Amino acid sequence: MSEQNPAAVATDEYHISGGLPPEEHRQNPLSRILGGSAGRSIGLIIALVALFLVGTITAGDRFANVENVLTIVRFASITGVISIGMTFVITAGGIDLSVGSVMGLATVVATLSWIQDFASDTNWIVMVVIALAVGAGAGLINGIVIAYGNVVAFIATLAMLVAARGLAEVLANRTTQIVKVQGFLDFFRSDILGIPILIWIFVLVVVAGWFLLNRTTFGRRTVAIGGNLEAARLAGIKVKRHIMYLYVLAGLTAGIAGVMMLGRTTAGTSTHGTLYELDAIAAVVVGGTLLVGGRGTIMGTVLGVLIFSTLTNVFTQNNLSTSVQAIAKGAIIVVAVLLQQRFAARAARKK
Amino acid sequence: MINDDQVVPLLTVRGLTKSFAGVQALKGVDLEILPGEVHCVLGQNGAGKSTLIKTLSGVNQPDAGEIIWRGEPISISDPVAALELGIATMYQELDVVDGLSIAENIFLGHEHARGGITQRRKTARQAQQIMARLGHGSLSVNREVSSLSAANKQIVSMARALSHDTRLIVMDEPSAVLDSEEVKNLFRVVRELTAAGIAVIYISHRLEEIRQIGDRITVIKDGRTMATNLSVAETPTQDLIRLMTGRTVENVFPAAQPLAPDAPVVLSVKELGLRGVFEDVSFDVRAGEIVGLAGLVGSGRSEIIETVYGARKATSGSVSIGGRAITTGSVRAGVHAGMGLSPEERKSQGLILDEPVYRNVTLATFTRWARGGFLNERAERSAARTQLEALELRPADPDRPARTLSGGNQQKILLARWLVHGTRVLLLDEPTRGVDVGARAEIYSLIRDLAAQGAAIVVISSEIEEVLGLSDRVLVVAEGRVIHTTDASEIDEHGVLDLVMKGSAA
Repeated sequence: MSEQNPAAVATDEYHISGGLPPEEHRQNPLSRILGGSAGRSIGLIIALVALFLVGTITAGDRFANVENVLTIVRFASITGVISIGMTFVITAGGIDLSVGSVMGLATVVATLSWIQDFASDTNWIVMVVIALAVGAGAGLINGIVIAYGNVVAFIATLAMLVAARGLAEVLANRTTQIVKVQGFLDFFRSDILGIPILIWIFVLVVVAGWFLLNRTTFGRRTVAIGGNLEAARLAGIKVKRHIMYLYVLAGLTAGIAGVMMLGRTTAGTSTHGTLYELDAIAAVVVGGTLLVGGRGTIMGTVLGVLIFSTLTNVFTQNNLSTSVQAIAKGAIIVVAVLLQQRFAARAARKK
Repeated sequence: MINDDQVVPLLTVRGLTKSFAGVQALKGVDLEILPGEVHCVLGQNGAGKSTLIKTLSGVNQPDAGEIIWRGEPISISDPVAALELGIATMYQELDVVDGLSIAENIFLGHEHARGGITQRRKTARQAQQIMARLGHGSLSVNREVSSLSAANKQIVSMARALSHDTRLIVMDEPSAVLDSEEVKNLFRVVRELTAAGIAVIYISHRLEEIRQIGDRITVIKDGRTMATNLSVAETPTQDLIRLMTGRTVENVFPAAQPLAPDAPVVLSVKELGLRGVFEDVSFDVRAGEIVGLAGLVGSGRSEIIETVYGARKATSGSVSIGGRAITTGSVRAGVHAGMGLSPEERKSQGLILDEPVYRNVTLATFTRWARGGFLNERAERSAARTQLEALELRPADPDRPARTLSGGNQQKILLARWLVHGTRVLLLDEPTRGVDVGARAEIYSLIRDLAAQGAAIVVISSEIEEVLGLSDRVLVVAEGRVIHTTDASEIDEHGVLDLVMKGSAA
């Protein structure tokens, strides 16, 4: 952890002994930005720019055009939404391994023939509501088991991962259920200002997530619990209830991702979302959210997701196999985290 | 045993300097340790004691200065090198591994093994010998360390130091986690070590301990040696405090204010019990009154106030504030009724160390300024700032991470948290743990001021002197029962210990 570096120790000693005048702590705007969350993300921005350069050099115009950039963001949007929910859970010191299979379950339930029939008769929104309810419901079960049953989050959500996948298979009878509700299909085929609906949803979730984490009491509680659960409890915060809400939130984002998946593939199946939880965790951690909790960054998560989807795009444009992509992904995770620690340490030294 | 000038110093340090990223932590430290002495290093938090220790134990490399070990100049490149020389360090945070046995902990890092396979019997035998030497031969060395008390963990830590061929043991606040009985045992062990020629560098904030165990004193202030080789027996406390702080502290404890005869009872605890821990605890605290709970670690004193606060669910009895009974077992109910707790472990239970100071201050109150779930950080910060200015927090920057403040200032953050809340009942568990002498006096007068402003205060401390000096009334706790209640002025440290011993025996 960055706190362990000698620089941090040094600042300790200095401040305690002398009592530094506060003015010296205030710096010029640039270094304040670098020391803040943007500073922590700078390694990610560099990585993303580098990937764009590599893409442009190797694939030329096939890579560097508006259409392709939209493809990259659209590709990022589904994992992106899940990653936002994951950012909250991880910031509070938890983990949710079930989001991928809960998302699959949501697509299956929302496309059950009787629900589709009902949606056709009434409104396609029914399918959306059902998918969100499935996600939030699964999250609620996770939350209750973790917060009130005192089961370790890793185990509880691992159980949900397995169970939700199984339930989806039973319900779908291992078939692929095609979406036939015309209103739903039309909506997700449309775009606003030339930008696909999926991207708009992603942007909305990101903005909402940013506000929720940085500007609301909910976000403050999340950081406090991740930073020091016992201190939060002794200050009168209802820790258990809040932890439960966090898993509901993660489940809800899995539900939203399920709806987006239905929009993109026009089919519900139990295999949707397989291993998405790992992509989300990778994006969150690469983004700079501490796995032990106490610090979370929505912007970092977004950058993390974009890095992975850009990487995939660059490789695809150059006709490289998915196996090679996987190797590069692994390397990126390590390099990004290393870079990020460097920059965090430097920012700490400047303070 | 130190009687002439011919003794070759075990360790001599001259002009040691060390800076981190441009900040000078050590500006010139001199130190001389003789074989078989207990050398106390005194200094306020941040004076550079930790950096000095880390340099001696090979964690840090000095920028300049000499280290002479048994007559030869040396450099200590890393912790392994320090151990090979014979310098062992017992850090303040107990550095034992909970999941391993006593024997495994003692030989951690230098296990007896052949071809990678540990020699369990040999390990156990030697561990047993070391533990016996420390007077704890009765503990089975196969016991898991997690089942030991803090005092016994410390013995294990010391045993590890002795498992090397040690000539010098550095002890960083070894008594911080111990109660007075355990401290006596620690001293007995230290005396046996020094009798065998091993030198001890002893670091503590408790001057009375230094009087009991120390031979000579070196005082460090702002990274510099202020005075060295002072005789423990001949240096008055006032001189020591002056050297450490650069100013004179007349009275450590502020004078108690006479309580108004009509001061209303604010906190009333009736027949409170927690099965298996304590029972039948009743006491009242009036506005403006400071009530102290004196007792040993494990007597149930912390559990009592945690239960009063609502952090534990009582199995019997009731707690009321201002005449209204409150739901037990709910922190929120306690906080809402006007109680605040400054917990025993400031860092692990009180603060979010990486969050800014102001958010630590408003941890219990940030919803007050929020509208529709949205935070108002400007209002939060300014409320925190006002309170912190009143408490004279240093540095007075509300945006600095709580981690970077000294113990005394971290304690002020916790006080500020409840003052911002408008708390009427303050429960303070070990309010000066890890706080240096100068800052202690400040914390004491703050607490007294709060009482004068009408707060009802309950104080717990492992240091009986502190409980007696700070409180108006004292409850002596032993084995989960209040065995005696008296005015603080009518009992002394001996009296309390006598009662505790009798209470424990009964």
